[in-house]
Amino acid sequence: MIGILALQGDYDEHKEVLDSLHANNMLVKTPEDLEKVKGLIMPGGESTVQGMLLEETGLANAIFKRAKKGMPIFATCAGAILLANKVIGGEKWLRLVDMTIERNAYGRQYESFNEDISIENIGVVHGAFIRAPIIKKTKAKVLATFKDNPVVIQQDSILVTTFHPEICDEKHVHEYFVKMVK
Amino acid sequence: MVVKEGLAKMLKHGVIMDVVTADQAKVAEKAGAVAVMALERVPSDIRAHGGVARMSDPEMITQIMETVSIPVMAKSRIGHHVEAQILEALKVDFVDESEVLTPADEHAHVDKTQFTVPFVCGARDLGEALRRINEGAAMIRTKGEAGTGNVVEAVRHMKTMNADIDKVVHMSKAQLEKLAKEYKVPVQLLEKTQKLGRLPAVNFAAGGIATPADAALMMQLGCDGVFVGSGIFKSQHPEKMATAIVHAVLYYNNPEKLAAISAGLKEPMKGLEIPGLEIKMQER
Repeated sequence: MIGILALQGDYDEHKEVLDSLHANNMLVKTPEDLEKVKGLIMPGGESTVQGMLLEETGLANAIFKRAKKGMPIFATCAGAILLANKVIGGEKWLRLVDMTIERNAYGRQYESFNEDISIENIGVVHGAFIRAPIIKKTKAKVLATFKDNPVVIQQDSILVTTFHPEICDEKHVHEYFVKMVK
Repeated sequence: MVVKEGLAKMLKHGVIMDVVTADQAKVAEKAGAVAVMALERVPSDIRAHGGVARMSDPEMITQIMETVSIPVMAKSRIGHHVEAQILEALKVDFVDESEVLTPADEHAHVDKTQFTVPFVCGARDLGEALRRINEGAAMIRTKGEAGTGNVVEAVRHMKTMNADIDKVVHMSKAQLEKLAKEYKVPVQLLEKTQKLGRLPAVNFAAGGIATPADAALMMQLGCDGVFVGSGIFKSQHPEKMATAIVHAVLYYNNPEKLAAISAGLKEPMKGLEIPGLEIKMQER
């Protein structure tokens, strides 16, 4: 069973991709929900709002503990910001991934774009960068870059993309994550 | 369109709040707004003030953009593509082509396909929503009746939309083609609605939402999120009301939580009955 963090953001879109892959999944809104899942997707949205709600629901603590015991996590965009141990232009939340990330680093919505990204072990996928962050520095394994900045990284069982494959009819990254959970 | 609709999708399950100053914008961000709508007057003050309501001063919009890190939206008049161009030049994150302002064109909306900035537009039923989507809107919201603190019209619009979609789901190809002519939209949009069983765009509630219970009601009716206009900063305790509405959107299906969220909020904004209104913004 794969959980999708469902506090705010595009979690329905992640669910649709998992459904299309016939991967068992459920929305996670409470620490009790988290106990039922083997892996977790952290969707896009506003990191300020999601961070606040993570704390208040007790999910911040619960996710932190599970992740330390090796629960696989796949995070997109805002999810990446929530995982970083250093955030430029925002608060840090879970501090699970060794990276410095800058919020809205490409600029405002006017600077949002979509692009084909070639990812090691996964292949070429289409992704949307929506007011996306930039990973400035990381000790994690870099699986893809765009204009010299890492855009897909993996630290042990945590997979991070700064863009959204889930709104681009793209299944390959989710497929890869489903295998990580198994 | 992926990029425009993308931002709308990131706002889902969130609350977008009207703010008239940088300080209010900060309060909204801190309370958990996913975005703010920067405007000179909230709808209830536009009603009280009278006269022609126009796009806000770029200086105040810019100030708000510089103050918060969440997306900033701003309103243009219906059909006023130059106001929309100005807002795009300011690099606001979303333009609301809004009936809350005095319309500039009674026959045509802005051709939103010509813009890089995404647009949100109001709708009262499926036909209106699909016409706006066909013009390039990336996001739809119910019109409701803005500035009244009365949720009755938003409920009417969302229920009408749901009933319209229910009918479409069971239609034959010939019926869809007939309805497309009636709605004045390409049949492909109706086919997409039928396939998805929902509006083929992010659909928020707006117009008259004043309490956490109102917000949860709209979420239970199937909205993807809510706009709160006058409801927050015209209430007695805006900080509390803002936080409460954010929580109500998260726990919209949990009456025990909603009871706790609704407790001790002091006075919500004073509401207005719809029949006595001088101006019905939704008819614009």
